[in-house]
Amino acid sequence: MDDIQLLASIESYLAGEMSPIEVAVFEALRKKTPEIDQMVVEHKLFQHQMEDYAATYNIKHTLHEVHTRLLENGDVNEGGELTAKAQVVQLWNRYKRVTAIAASVGGVIALVISGLVAYFSPVVNGNQIQQLSKDIEIIKRNQQYQGSLINEVKSKIPNGVTVISGGSGFLIDAKGFIITNAHVLKGTAAIVVDSKGKEYKAIIVHIDTKKDLAILKIDDEDFTPLKSLPYSIGKTNADLGDEIFTLGYPRNDIVYGVGYLASKTGFNGDSLSYQIQISANPGNSGGPVLNNNGEVIGVLSTRQAQADGVAFAVKSKNIFECVAEAKADDPSLENLKISVRSTIKGTSRKQQINKVADCVYNVKAFSKK
Amino acid sequence: MKSEQNEQALLKGLASNDSRAIETIYKDNFSMVQAFVLNNNGSYDDARDVFQEAMIALYEKAQSESFVLTCQIKTYVYSICRRLWLKKLQQLGRFSNQVDNLDETIPVEEDMEIHEKRNAEFAIMDRAMKSLGEPCKSLLEGYYLKKKGMQELAAEFGYTNADNAKNQKYKCLMRLKKLFFSQYNIGD
Repeated sequence: MDDIQLLASIESYLAGEMSPIEVAVFEALRKKTPEIDQMVVEHKLFQHQMEDYAATYNIKHTLHEVHTRLLENGDVNEGGELTAKAQVVQLWNRYKRVTAIAASVGGVIALVISGLVAYFSPVVNGNQIQQLSKDIEIIKRNQQYQGSLINEVKSKIPNGVTVISGGSGFLIDAKGFIITNAHVLKGTAAIVVDSKGKEYKAIIVHIDTKKDLAILKIDDEDFTPLKSLPYSIGKTNADLGDEIFTLGYPRNDIVYGVGYLASKTGFNGDSLSYQIQISANPGNSGGPVLNNNGEVIGVLSTRQAQADGVAFAVKSKNIFECVAEAKADDPSLENLKISVRSTIKGTSRKQQINKVADCVYNVKAFSKK
Repeated sequence: MKSEQNEQALLKGLASNDSRAIETIYKDNFSMVQAFVLNNNGSYDDARDVFQEAMIALYEKAQSESFVLTCQIKTYVYSICRRLWLKKLQQLGRFSNQVDNLDETIPVEEDMEIHEKRNAEFAIMDRAMKSLGEPCKSLLEGYYLKKKGMQELAAEFGYTNADNAKNQKYKCLMRLKKLFFSQYNIGD
């Protein structure tokens, strides 16, 4: 009880709540008793500590409250308590700079790449035109599909060479001269396969990349020249709307297609070719385009990539020019005579196809190592 | 000039524990400190702790009458937080040299020492309070922290009158003092 009274006195003394008389009494007591004096000093220190403690305690409390309030109002963000939207905003704010840098780097790279692509890709036609030669994958697949033909293919294609491209071709002279597209012959030599699956070795006689035409000559003992060709090669221009048909090798089997002449000019007004409406696929390149009279009016060469059924054929009169150039280059071709008489005129389409198919070849180009 | 007056007003508000002033300082500075801590191996919780501790340091400084603001609040808070966080990183052993050093800082070592001393004192008192047990803890908290009158406390704790409550308070206070001085060295 004594201690409590003493403590109460000290507290009221320190708080200045004592009357002047009480103060005088207490101070006298303090002077007389060092223990009490000691207690006063100690309590003063303790009170000071308590004040500091209270202040810090309260400011901590306020800070906590403020933090919670700001968090609720969204003025302050902390990962876990974010709404999805706020999180996006915060991520955006945090990575804004990085994103901007990444985007500009990406943009520059895209520009450089597209620039390089534009620089190195062929100037003409771009990707709007698709050449209809088959690439090696398609040939491979077809070889798997046509299992029976594989052995024969192996027998004629020399060992150690790879087939690079393929397409169609047709005879222009019964002696074994075949016309096809230049882009079909990507390699250095070729073999041709007729509609019955028989293979013949062929040599490249002439290539005209400008007209996209090439002449092959069958150079094989197994080949027996025909007496004459059933169709003629047209010298004049065909007319719009002419019904046309083609035979070619988009697969290892010969495929027939029918359509009409759509325009007297080709892609972008190219006067060397016609636009035709026909279903054409890779492999149809180099195939003949014939009219109802059994007259070859063109060589199927390309199609428009974005449009369905829009194909282009090199005009047949270019074949004559091409042959003339070939003859000028190589005098030994003197005996090359282009067929000019059609024997299938007026016969039924079935008979026409039957005859023409014998003269259309599957061309497989390969390169020697 | 105006902003300087503003800052003085804010610090006055902080010193008197005015929640609006604290909210303003909080809003202006927290995200900067958070970004700094997050960018230097810290978590959201770390950022909050560091920032609040810096605020307490600023509060202690603002309370003293001799206090003069020699720089912007932002600079001061950032300097303290930087110091605190680097120390924490060192303690955790994940100190990285990549600490962002682009912002202006001022030397705060002296203030840090004072703050650390007060931190230690706070911890002693806190421990003493917590080991006190009920109802002493609540009673003393009511009296010293919440600044409630004896009359109010008597009603709250079910004492018949204020004198009874006062008696109880003194009993508790004596125990608290004992606990406190067993840890606290006066000589320090």
